[in-house]
Amino acid sequence: MPEVRQLIVDQIPHLRRYARALVANREQADDLVQDCLERAWSRMHLWRAGTNIRAWLFTILHNLHVNAARRRHSQAGPFYAAAADLPVPPTQEDELNVRDLWQAFARLPEPQRAAILLISVEEMSYGEAAAVLDIPVGTLMSRIHRGRERLRDLMADPGDNPGHGSRGNRLGRKR
Amino acid sequence: MTKPSEPVSELELHAFVDGQLDEARQRDVTAHLAGNPDAAARVADYRAHKEALKAAFAPVLTEPLPRRLGLPTASRRALHTRWAAAAAVLLVTGGALGWQAAGMLRPAAAPGAAVVHQAVVAHAVFTPQKRHPVEVGADQEAHLVTWLSNVLGAPLKAPRLADAGYLLVGGRLLSAPDGPAAQFMYEDKGGRRLTLYVVTDPGQRGKTAFRYAEEKGVAVFYWIDGPLGYALAGKMTRDELLKLADVVYAQLGR
Repeated sequence: MPEVRQLIVDQIPHLRRYARALVANREQADDLVQDCLERAWSRMHLWRAGTNIRAWLFTILHNLHVNAARRRHSQAGPFYAAAADLPVPPTQEDELNVRDLWQAFARLPEPQRAAILLISVEEMSYGEAAAVLDIPVGTLMSRIHRGRERLRDLMADPGDNPGHGSRGNRLGRKR
Repeated sequence: MTKPSEPVSELELHAFVDGQLDEARQRDVTAHLAGNPDAAARVADYRAHKEALKAAFAPVLTEPLPRRLGLPTASRRALHTRWAAAAAVLLVTGGALGWQAAGMLRPAAAPGAAVVHQAVVAHAVFTPQKRHPVEVGADQEAHLVTWLSNVLGAPLKAPRLADAGYLLVGGRLLSAPDGPAAQFMYEDKGGRRLTLYVVTDPGQRGKTAFRYAEEKGVAVFYWIDGPLGYALAGKMTRDELLKLADVVYAQLGR
């Protein structure tokens, strides 16, 4: 049991990161993580040793989030508005502006944010991420495609990104 | 799997960026990009955005964890801070849950069986709770014991089980079918929880020896001592629980 505890504890920062892509408000995101930990702990008997505990934990967190969102009857809601305070490292003047990218990311529909976070940030395999989200791999790929294309559009044309129009076009491409 | 001659799809550009293609296909896409500036520009953007998103989210991994986050064996102090903050809410929800639990307890046979059943239900309801497992935490132990003693009308004690590896988490007031009941909760280092259920007027007076019962995977030792009935419940073997019951009994019996 102690090893299993450690396996779970090791995932807490990752679960927090995923939760922050689903729920921008830090407190609410951590509530979601805590709910996930409690749920996982009470269901440890359902986890089979040797199987992928990361996917198992992420699946629990995702399902809790989906159920909570369903109860609140709101999906898109306050994410974008609350997303302003994600800590980002300072960026070089000529580098792609991370804060602007984050703002663009925050404008994506939640299913695309979830898919992109699992693939691009958490670097899961397509199979693992599809299992977490309980969707076919093809659906996952099309969410990634639509999400990344939308990011390209938003970064190429900041005028389409309210609140950041003044920063101009240099934000778009790296070169 | 895919023949080299097959055209590269839009979705494959993502699989390429994410390293999800086999080596042969990876080479096909590289060749495709060399002759296709538009696709190459997309891939460059996807890559740049991916790296930037990783950078944006990276700080979350190194943030100090909030103390409230953790598995059920988080330090007692951290738990108590949370519970103290929610004390007002706890009193309300605790009462409501107790009342609901009482509703489930009605169909009981013998007095002893009734107490066992109440103890098991209360154990099953409250031990999985992380945020609100108790109404009053162990940091206010004196207050907890005085309060429960007043409500039950008998001098209660929260036994000390530290030597046996269990620390007091706290306790709560419950509603049993015929009056108040109290529950003390303990926890060991591994997060295993033990509850001591105390009820007044257990249906018979006097003193009884330990009796053992199991219900829904919960082991219970119960006994009667004067006006109070006790049930010690935990998900463990009979022998493990017996050792703990001995310690509890010795302390309560003076």
